[in-house]
Amino acid sequence: MSQNTSSSALAPTAVEPDQDGPGTFAGLSRAMRTIWGNRKARAGLILLGVFLLMAALAPLVAPYSPTDNTFERNLDPTSAHWLGTTAAGEDVLSQIIYGARISVLVGFGAGGIATAIAVLVGLSWGYVTGWLGEVINFVVNLFLVIPGLPLMIVIATYLSNGGISIIIVVIAITGWAWGARVLRSQTSSLRSRDFVTAARFSGERPGRIIFREILPNMTSIIAGGFFGSATAAILAEAGLEFLGLGDSTVVSWGTMLFWAQNSNALLTGQWALLVAPGLCISLFATSLTLINFGIDGISNPRLREGSTGR
Amino acid sequence: MRYALRRFGLFALTLWAAVTLNFALPRMMPGDPADAAVARLAQNGPVDEATRAAVEAQLGIPDGNLIEQYLTYLGQVVRLDFGVSYTFYPQPVAELVGDALPYTLILVGAVTVLAFCLGTLLGVLAAWRRGSWLDALPTVSGSFINTFPYFWTALLLLFFLGYGLHWFPTSGAFSPTAWPEWSLTFIGDALYHAILPAVTMLVTSLGGWIIGMRNAMINTLGEDYVTFAEANGLRGRTVALRYAARNAILPNLTGFGLALGGVVGGSILVEQVFQYPGIGYLLFNSVIGQDYPLMQALFLMITVSVLVANLIVDLLYGVLDPRTRR
Repeated sequence: MSQNTSSSALAPTAVEPDQDGPGTFAGLSRAMRTIWGNRKARAGLILLGVFLLMAALAPLVAPYSPTDNTFERNLDPTSAHWLGTTAAGEDVLSQIIYGARISVLVGFGAGGIATAIAVLVGLSWGYVTGWLGEVINFVVNLFLVIPGLPLMIVIATYLSNGGISIIIVVIAITGWAWGARVLRSQTSSLRSRDFVTAARFSGERPGRIIFREILPNMTSIIAGGFFGSATAAILAEAGLEFLGLGDSTVVSWGTMLFWAQNSNALLTGQWALLVAPGLCISLFATSLTLINFGIDGISNPRLREGSTGR
Repeated sequence: MRYALRRFGLFALTLWAAVTLNFALPRMMPGDPADAAVARLAQNGPVDEATRAAVEAQLGIPDGNLIEQYLTYLGQVVRLDFGVSYTFYPQPVAELVGDALPYTLILVGAVTVLAFCLGTLLGVLAAWRRGSWLDALPTVSGSFINTFPYFWTALLLLFFLGYGLHWFPTSGAFSPTAWPEWSLTFIGDALYHAILPAVTMLVTSLGGWIIGMRNAMINTLGEDYVTFAEANGLRGRTVALRYAARNAILPNLTGFGLALGGVVGGSILVEQVFQYPGIGYLLFNSVIGQDYPLMQALFLMITVSVLVANLIVDLLYGVLDPRTRR
């Protein structure tokens, strides 16, 4: 994977995001090429692909059913059970493979919803002034001050066994405000730039200025925000499940850690049960972070590999 | 000045809304919390009518209409009277919170400030020396460790350094034989118990600050005024710190304000793993025990601390970036 000189030469040398955002199809494929041209991002995309395949093909790839508890308990890794078995007698590897489904679902579901709300609110907020801005400021501040994890914990307790869709909604609702704030500060400094002033004086409507003039300049921040939200959602879901507040009959990496701690894997030395789910969570999150490195290069050519920076 | 006054006004309004939300939240939830709470109390012995009435009053079930309940609640909040805990009956909630607060504030507060300063500095360095090992090492290791679920890092440290090597205590904030007091022995003991939780939080949060600062810094390094300053022959360090870093720090500062506010509620998982008797552990226990008065008080406290931190950041923003004042 390290031989990439030919493909990074394919990366466009000068994209001017002010005039040509990646909204068009040509822009999109160019953006994809920029991302793929970045070595870190390519590693991230491949890693993400592995997890997506794992989630999609779980019934085909997993050696056993994740809830089949007919095996010998607390087995160390063997040839029949590569990662051993749990205290309840389930195959750890099969649980790891099936667990990818929950993380993919929560990460992309909650991350997507949170990002959509953040873009809508953040950009409008950064652009408008006067009482409307104050109203938005008020609402966002409210959502910011609701402490995310504690709120999730409380709601999850009330709605015990409410299913994964409720967890997705709760994580999205508590997770969009931060992104909106970051986008606001970027917008409010962009709105005094010349091209925005020009658009305003030429009589364009605010909605068009916000979403056609300002938005394309922030693709990297928004895409970064999406992958950031997805990462946060994956970690939040794992945390909730680890505390035993999710649906503990669901097989996810978080519940695996919950049962590992409950069955004293710490004391019995079952390191695989402890290491594997956590490593999967962080590798999945790492893949999203790596992709972000390539996304940074879309709107900021200076961040592309091979450019000298200064 | 008008900017500051407006921020204060908004702060007061948000504070009121947060307090009201805290009142409304338990009432919007399905189920009858009072029944659950009384059932919980009944496990410790028979519950008389007066206690039941008190529980119901606390949760605002029967007495008076919603407005009367709301006014009573506001009065209680002003007097910092949060009633009596169910799980630690009959200890007052305020006392429990007061006992737990110092542990969290000192531990998480110190770690957060340290992580922000160290991470921001490393981020500036990484951006300025882009492409060198000073960039690669903190960025790559930071972004990988940053994706560790922090309760997992805590579990691993506990597993290897606590249970495996017996280097550090595995639970609590001080030895069972010690008693909280202002003596060197106790402080040493408490610091010893704080090492693993502190290392966990420092290691897992550092990467975020490094990468956030590095990215913002690289963006400002591409701005015309930085190129101009460089072309004018200003020294590299002056350009990096006075021109680029000063502007690049703004997004990170927003994050810092929120992180500082989140200190009180953000350590739930770490405190749970190490059974560290701080606010997070208390909140976890209150939720597990359906201890609504304790939960509400903790919620309010966490919320108010985030609000205050936000206000300070907003004011700082106005000082550092005049454009936001328009």
